[in-house]
Amino acid sequence: MTGPVNPLRDPEDRRLPRIAGPCGMVLFGVTGDLSRKKIMPAIYDLANRGLLPPGFSLVGFARRDWADQDFAQIVHDSVRDHSRTEFREEVWRQLAEGFRFVPGDFNDDHAFDQLRRTIEELDEVRGTSGNHAFYLAIPPSFFGAVAGQLKEHGLAEPRPGHWRRVVVEKPFGHDLASARALNDILGEVFESGSIFRIDHYLGKETVQNILAMRFANNLFEPIWNGNYVDHVQITMAEDVGIGGRAGYYDGVGAARDVIQNHLMQLLALVAMEEPVSFDAESLRTEKLKVLSSVVLPGSLDQTTARGQYTAGWAGGEKVVGFCEEEGISKTSKTETYAAVTLNVETRRWAGVPFYLRTGKRLGRRVTEVAVVFKRAPHLPFNATATEELTANTLVIRVQPDEGMTIRFGAKVPGTAMEIRDVNMDFAYGGSFTESSPEAYERLILDVLLGDPPLFPRHEEVELSWKILDPVLARWAASGAPEPYGPGTWGPKSANEMLARDGRAWRRP
Amino acid sequence: MIELTNTNSSEIAAEFVRARIKAGSPAMGMVMTLIIVVDEGGAHDAMEAARKASREHPARVLGVIPRDARGEATINAQVGIGESWSGETALIRLKGEVVKHAESVVLPLLLPDSPVAIWWPENPPLDPAADPLGSLAQRRITDAAAVTRGKSKALHTLCAHYAKGNTDLAWTRITPWRALLAAALDQQPLKVRRASVTAERISPSADLLQAWLNDRLHVDVDRQTSRGPGITEVVMDTKDGPIRISRLDGKLATFSSPGRPDRPVALKRRELPDLLAEELRRLDEDDIYRDTTARLMKLNGTAAGKKA
Repeated sequence: MTGPVNPLRDPEDRRLPRIAGPCGMVLFGVTGDLSRKKIMPAIYDLANRGLLPPGFSLVGFARRDWADQDFAQIVHDSVRDHSRTEFREEVWRQLAEGFRFVPGDFNDDHAFDQLRRTIEELDEVRGTSGNHAFYLAIPPSFFGAVAGQLKEHGLAEPRPGHWRRVVVEKPFGHDLASARALNDILGEVFESGSIFRIDHYLGKETVQNILAMRFANNLFEPIWNGNYVDHVQITMAEDVGIGGRAGYYDGVGAARDVIQNHLMQLLALVAMEEPVSFDAESLRTEKLKVLSSVVLPGSLDQTTARGQYTAGWAGGEKVVGFCEEEGISKTSKTETYAAVTLNVETRRWAGVPFYLRTGKRLGRRVTEVAVVFKRAPHLPFNATATEELTANTLVIRVQPDEGMTIRFGAKVPGTAMEIRDVNMDFAYGGSFTESSPEAYERLILDVLLGDPPLFPRHEEVELSWKILDPVLARWAASGAPEPYGPGTWGPKSANEMLARDGRAWRRP
Repeated sequence: MIELTNTNSSEIAAEFVRARIKAGSPAMGMVMTLIIVVDEGGAHDAMEAARKASREHPARVLGVIPRDARGEATINAQVGIGESWSGETALIRLKGEVVKHAESVVLPLLLPDSPVAIWWPENPPLDPAADPLGSLAQRRITDAAAVTRGKSKALHTLCAHYAKGNTDLAWTRITPWRALLAAALDQQPLKVRRASVTAERISPSADLLQAWLNDRLHVDVDRQTSRGPGITEVVMDTKDGPIRISRLDGKLATFSSPGRPDRPVALKRRELPDLLAEELRRLDEDDIYRDTTARLMKLNGTAAGKKA
């Protein structure tokens, strides 16, 4: 970036945080869970940490008959219930003066006119300087309508030297074609550098730590390849059912909901080559390279698995099956468990399968990446000594209990030579996490700063769909998913899928 | 907490290991050793601040309380782990001759290979880097504003003895001010013609802020006196008008800049644990602080020259 040099800034001065420039945010979908539980608290936490610019303004847009104060009350309640940092009156006052509410429908020209006037008024009295981010916390089916309105009312066009950005959440389509269509809708209104897709996993400290661990150390990279790695398991398990998301979840399923975005991004970070630098462009280049080298194995029936949870007991509670959930069709074929095998066809990873799995109502809530190493080529012990020794494993625990575990063999104390697996553990501090910011804080700040490294670009989204589409097509053509009991680790076919390769899932 | 009376370093070290095994978690992921040198009276608050800061920086915290240096040497210690600590803690009371050799007690208790920081919550030695305990650490944290003897000269003395790794909480306190001032010039890249800092009469933070602005902007920076609390106003004068941040209540500031509406901005005076956590975030030399202390010495030199 060139421009006038700020004499008060010095690259050596690492205490000074980056504070976003003057700007505001317009939030669509004010009443949704996402807004109330994540976005609003994150905005408060950012303000509390002194990272929002003076004059930051938040405009709510919804079909409610509210005044500005009613909206402020909603934000207040959500901040009180969900914010990470303590509530401070002066921070609230800084924020509250910038709250505005615009009532209206997405196809209500009058409302968007008023939105434009509101923004102009904020530029005037709050000094937001014409910089605004539009956060679409609404179902993607409305993106078209909103984007069209923003364009029509001149809201998407920044004046020279200022910016307008749009923020969207997953799902980014439900297959390649729809992802492209969605991207076209947004691309028509905003240029691609102004579209920020939030994959909140990428805002997590532990996920960013994957890059630090791999590229800041000399210890792991030499063995990070097919010579030493046997296979990689990437798991995201939830112990809950679909909860209130029936309307969204039915017809979408686990693979589209989780594998396409979160797990593919995790795979890219674990498998990619070293980027030239850590700027957005270089990171994206490497992620695109590795995603475009991912191929599906030959027989999809043998190398994928899917399931649907049934009624039963999970974690000491009696729970209903997926088809009995409210709002779900009795004959739904939507999968709540999905597992796929992927091959990364590069020199580094040839012959190393990546197993991705995700599911609802599994044993416990956990997200982790397990790199399982080959067994030592020669064991100079007798067979009984190493009976209890399994493969060395490096586990990156993404959530909860963030950290890393290395599993290796050690001698059991005693006169006989006997070797058993032990764990060496790095926890992200007993309560390190307490001070580490929420993913949304980091991501929202990055949007306001215009810093894109942690946001997937549409090319990455499209490549992920390209990988997943044949699996989804195969599943759609082959009957219902296999039932599995709640609180277990998924359907039998998933275990068989690994057993065919002579491997087994870790119990995470 | 285990009480050890009439003890020594190896017993304290053994107690750390015992306590960890008992807690069932042998790997604690501690990233540093923090030594706190403090009087009996300030010990509780200092350990509490360290406990809160240790959430972000799991550490072995060694509180050292030197008492009367006369008489026979005795060492008493309270050793503990866990219980809302994400590290280990020992509060070590020294009496008699050993007070003069506190480093011999602390040295065997430093975590292997990890960095060491030391903090004097109240009165630091004249030259922290030359202090036997201070020389064990790569980061030496003082607090010129909390000094109980010779307040007005404390910062000057510390700056005069600046050494690599020294830093002061008076400097930490002005990070939000500096961030806001830097952000103001990010937003409006105007040339500053002169500036002023208004604060309580004795305010090491204001002195440092004045020196920093002078060092970075190469313009005259006035120092004006108000009734506080702390720093109450900073003005940077430009050809388009002043950029002004004023904070009269120690909490909420008003940010004004040329051609823009006035805006409120939260600028709370931060508590000790926050300051300590910021200080422990980086343990290498703070180059900007070094430059600022050098500038402060120069400014003081010219001021003294004028008076003479």
